[in-house]
Amino acid sequence: MCLAIPGRIVELLPGDPPLATVEVLGVRRRVDLGLLDEQDPGRLGDWVLIHVGFAMSKISEEYATEQLRLLEALGEAEAAATEVRGYDQEVT
Amino acid sequence: MRFVDEFRRPELIAKTGDEIRRLADPDRHYRFMEVCGGHTHAIYRFGLKDLLPPNIELVHGPGCPVCVLPMGRIDDGLSMAERPEVIFTAFGDMMRVPGTRGSPLEYKARGMDVRIVYSPADALKLAMANPDRHVMFFAIGFETTAPSTALTLKRAREMDVKNFSVFCNHVTIIPAIRAILDSPDMRLDAFIGPGHVSTVIGCRPYEWIARNEGKPIAVSGFEPLDILQAVVMLLRQLKDGEVKVENQYNRVVPWEGNRAALKAIGEVFQLRPYFEWRGLGFISQSALRIRDEYAAWDAERRFAVPGVRVTDPKAAQCGEVLKGVLKPAQCKLFGKECTPEHPIGALMVSSEGSCAAYYTFEHRKAAVGVPAAGIPAAGIQ
Repeated sequence: MCLAIPGRIVELLPGDPPLATVEVLGVRRRVDLGLLDEQDPGRLGDWVLIHVGFAMSKISEEYATEQLRLLEALGEAEAAATEVRGYDQEVT
Repeated sequence: MRFVDEFRRPELIAKTGDEIRRLADPDRHYRFMEVCGGHTHAIYRFGLKDLLPPNIELVHGPGCPVCVLPMGRIDDGLSMAERPEVIFTAFGDMMRVPGTRGSPLEYKARGMDVRIVYSPADALKLAMANPDRHVMFFAIGFETTAPSTALTLKRAREMDVKNFSVFCNHVTIIPAIRAILDSPDMRLDAFIGPGHVSTVIGCRPYEWIARNEGKPIAVSGFEPLDILQAVVMLLRQLKDGEVKVENQYNRVVPWEGNRAALKAIGEVFQLRPYFEWRGLGFISQSALRIRDEYAAWDAERRFAVPGVRVTDPKAAQCGEVLKGVLKPAQCKLFGKECTPEHPIGALMVSSEGSCAAYYTFEHRKAAVGVPAAGIPAAGIQ
């Protein structure tokens, strides 16, 4: 789906690539902040829209709540949670 | 108006519906194309057709990356899965898309190493954990997804990960819109512009549609109210004889797009001279290829990809449905040979595909009289 997933930055993991732990729908996963504007990087507590493991833009808390509700209404919340749980798994 | 109470902000929805009826000329038939598959899904899910007067027709566009990929490219990608050293990775959406000799899932069932990833970064991570194997990532998507693939390729190059490559099938939205406008059997009055693609490309690239083609465009969000407000914007422009790009979704979409994402795309990709789209044929400069600097990570150059061209099953009319010439239910196979459980065309696979959306929310409801179950969980494009 085209619909991006909102999450909140709960931990910054500085370095290259710039990573952060983001909480989405009760799940904590690592996402890449490399596509955010360098002038306005992701900060602790920021809400971001996440797409295939990358934060694409910063959004307001109000919009994040609205987007979560929309995912629910579209029947996509479960697929979104599955996607987020799938990010950055231990691989073998 | 039906169903209004079920929506958020029902008073605003009702008010917007009234405004649509006031603006629409009852003697005119309007055809608005929603370009994005996410909008198609939302329109069916929320039954927005029932909120619009009958002379406003929403035509479903080509904005479903899985749906526009010709079968030959799927076969090309799967040819690499047959190599014993290769781990084939793709988003969940791709897994049930049929190739000539089966879908990626069926290849997996036959013993080939086919795995779902949710991010291109995870495909790279998989490569680093498996230095004696080769991880190939089957990349699809419009400008929403291309920056993530680009950044992953940059990281692969920086870290010199040699056992990783990308089979690039990224496409660009503007040439597809142009091809649809050039199609002689297509008559459209205006466009509902894609939401999340526009967070990356911004609104400026649509200005030529207004300027050169004389078609209004409103970039829209995905809430029922967003889509209805976009319809109001388009009707108002048509009524006032104005033609411009409007940004209904400005709470997320900046006019100039995402600079960092556009920079990543530009560094890693360049335009292909042409690319084949299912249903639309060859469109010039409509897709991305990996730049020479990244040739070592380009699966097409690393492996002898056969470059297969396959015509779609004759009876299937995916092309006409993709262009918006036919409605899903008008295809001869719809709901008979072709269902979400046994898809023949990709439009029936992805939850963004208009056939799957129509089948789930309209067809089954009409046939059985009960709301249908959801489409199987999909990845995100």
